[in-house]
Amino acid sequence: MWEYTDKVRDHFFNPRNVGEVENPDGVGEVGSLACGDALKLTFKLGEDGKIVDAKFKTFGCASAIATSSVLTELIKGMTLEEAANVTNKDIADYLGGLPEQKMHCSVMGREALEAAIDNYRGGGAEKHELEGKVVCNCFGVTDTEIERVIRENDLRTVEDVTNYCKAGGGCGGCKGEIEKMIENIRGEQPEGAPKPKTHEGKTLTNIQKIQLIQETINEQIRPALRAHGGNIELIDVEDDKVIVAFRGMCAQCHLAEFTMKDVVEAKLREFVSEELFVEEDSDSIDESHEHIG
Amino acid sequence: MDTIYFDNNATTRVAEEVFSEIQPYFCEMYGNPSSMHTFGGQVGVKIREARERVAELLGCEPSEVIFTGCGTESDNTAIMGALSAKPNRRKVITSRVEHPAVLAVCRSLERHGYEVIEVGVDANGRLDFDELDKQVDDDTAIVSIMYANNETGNIFPIERIAELCKSRGVVFHTDAVQAVGKIPLKMSESEIDLLSLSGHKLHAPKGIGVLYVRKGTRLTPYMLGGHQEGGRRAGTENVPGIIGLGKAAELAGANLAEENSRVKALRDKLENAILKSCTDARINGDVENRLPNTSNISFEYIEGEAILLMLDKFGICASSGSACTSGSLEPSHVLRAMGVPFTAAHGSIRFSLSRYNTDEEVDFAIEKIPGIINRLRELSPFVAK
Repeated sequence: MWEYTDKVRDHFFNPRNVGEVENPDGVGEVGSLACGDALKLTFKLGEDGKIVDAKFKTFGCASAIATSSVLTELIKGMTLEEAANVTNKDIADYLGGLPEQKMHCSVMGREALEAAIDNYRGGGAEKHELEGKVVCNCFGVTDTEIERVIRENDLRTVEDVTNYCKAGGGCGGCKGEIEKMIENIRGEQPEGAPKPKTHEGKTLTNIQKIQLIQETINEQIRPALRAHGGNIELIDVEDDKVIVAFRGMCAQCHLAEFTMKDVVEAKLREFVSEELFVEEDSDSIDESHEHIG
Repeated sequence: MDTIYFDNNATTRVAEEVFSEIQPYFCEMYGNPSSMHTFGGQVGVKIREARERVAELLGCEPSEVIFTGCGTESDNTAIMGALSAKPNRRKVITSRVEHPAVLAVCRSLERHGYEVIEVGVDANGRLDFDELDKQVDDDTAIVSIMYANNETGNIFPIERIAELCKSRGVVFHTDAVQAVGKIPLKMSESEIDLLSLSGHKLHAPKGIGVLYVRKGTRLTPYMLGGHQEGGRRAGTENVPGIIGLGKAAELAGANLAEENSRVKALRDKLENAILKSCTDARINGDVENRLPNTSNISFEYIEGEAILLMLDKFGICASSGSACTSGSLEPSHVLRAMGVPFTAAHGSIRFSLSRYNTDEEVDFAIEKIPGIINRLRELSPFVAK
C-alpha cells in the first residue's frame, strides 16, 4: 500500500475545483487513457491578469487526483508569469511529499499547467506540441522532458527518471539512452547504474564479439520485445552480418512502425560495433510476423 | 469499522481450527523432528499426519508430498529441478499469464541458452491449446502451465495438457496455488507430474508450501544441505506451518462443496449487482470456466488504485490490475496478454471471496460500489457529463 500524507488523502477524498471553467482562457490536456493517467486543466483570468478560477478533470490514481486538486488551489490568484514558474517540486511539497514512484503525478500537473498557459498565449492553439525527440516510446516521453526533470529535481539514476516522468518504465528499451542523458547532464557517472558494455575502440576477437552481441540482445533488445509479446533469437554471426529470428506476436508492438531489423541493428551498432548489419533468418519468416522487414 | 475481506486470492485468514492446532508447537512442543529424543520425535509424528492429510486432499501418496517454504519455492524447485534432471533438453514452455513465480524463472532461463516459449491466450484468457500442441517436442524439458489464473480465476484444461505432455514424454508442472481447495483433485488418476500449492491461500499460515512430485519423476533437489523431506528439500521443517497446512488441507476437503455452492453464489450475487448498477463495467475472464470465488471487473475510464482507496475507506479489501497498484507503470501482464484495452485494464478490480464472507458483507459492498464508481467518473475527463 502506498503511504500517502494526510494532505494527499484529503485532496483525494475531497477534491477541490472539479470540473471545467466556463469559457476558459487556457486549456491544458496531458496524458492519455493508455498511459494510465490524464489531466485536463482549465483556467480563467481576471481583469487584473491574475488567475481567478481554475478547475480540473483527472483520470488516474489517488495521487494524480490529489495533485490536480492542489494545483488548482495553488495557481488561483497567481499571474501567468508566477504560474509559469511553478515546478513539480512546488506541487509535491504543497502535498507534504509524494511517494517516489508517484512523483510523475506532480510532473503531470506542471505539464498540464504549462500546456494551459501555452494554449492561452497561443490564442487557443489546439494542442500543446511535444518538444524534442521521443526517447521512451512506451509513454511518449521526449528528451526535452527527461532533461528537464533531471535538472529540476536533481535526479541521479534511471529509476529516478522513471519515477518522475515514466520514461523507461515500460519495456525498458530506452534505459541506456536515459543513462547517457544523466551522464551528460551531470558530467559524471550515475550512481548505482551499471555502465552498458561497449568495446570502446578495442578490437574484439570473434568470440568476444559474439558474446557481446548475445549480451546486447539479452539486455538491451529482448526486454523491449518481451514487453509486447515478441522475442528474438540470435541464429548466427558471419563476420559483420548478424542473423536473427523474430518470435512471438509483434502485432501489438509500439515499434511496429519501424522495421524490427533496424531497431536491432541500431542497438547492436551502439553497443557492439558500427560495422554490424542485421539480417533476418529466412527459415524463420512466416505469416505470423509479416510486418517485419 | 469492520473489515470486509474480498482479497482471498492474495492471502486468506488462518482458520481458527488451524490456529489452535499449531499453537502448542511454538512454546511447548518445539522439538526438532530430526532429533533422536522422544521430545523431538513426537513432532515427527505430527508431520507425518500432516503429510497424510495433504495427500488425502490431492488424492496422492504421502511420499509424493514435499513441504517447501512457499508456493514460489515450489514453482522454482519444479522448474529448476526438472531441467537439471534432463540437461540435454533445451526448451521450456509456459504461458503468458503465469504468476511471476513461474514466468520470471522461465525468462531467466533464456539467459542460459534455453528456448522459452510463452503460449498466448485469447480475449477471454483461454489458453491457445493448438499453439501448445505445436510446441511440445522431444527437445522440451518441461511444460509449466497454471491450473487457475490468480487474476481472472480462469481454469485451464490441465488434464488435457498433462495427457499431451505424457504422450510426448515431457515433464508437466502446474502451479495450482489458486486451484487447491476450490477444484477437486485426484493425482492418482491424473498425468500431472509436478504440482505447486501454497498454504496461505487455503487458510493455513504464510511461509509453507507443497510440491507434489509424482513417483518416478526425476527431479534434482533445489535446496541442499540436509536430509529432510527424504533428501528432496533440505532445511529444518517449518513445524507449525506444516501442521497448520495439514489441518487446512483437511478443512479444505470438507469445505470444497461449500466453495462451489455458497461462496460461488455470493460471488455471482456481487458480480451481477455491480454489472447492473454500474455502466461501462465488464468482466475479464472466461465466465463459463472460472474459480467459484473470483470476479475480475473493469470499470472503464477510471483508475483502479483510486477505486481501491475509496473501497478501503469503507473497509472493503480488493485488488487491482492497474499500473498504479503494481509499482510498475504498465497494467497487469495477464490483462495485456488477453488484449484487454487500456481503457479497461487500468480500471480493473479483482474481488476474491472465501468461505468466511457473508451475505451481509456482499450486500454492503453492493450498496457502496456504485457511489464510488460514479464519484470517480465525475472526476474523469473521459466521461461526458
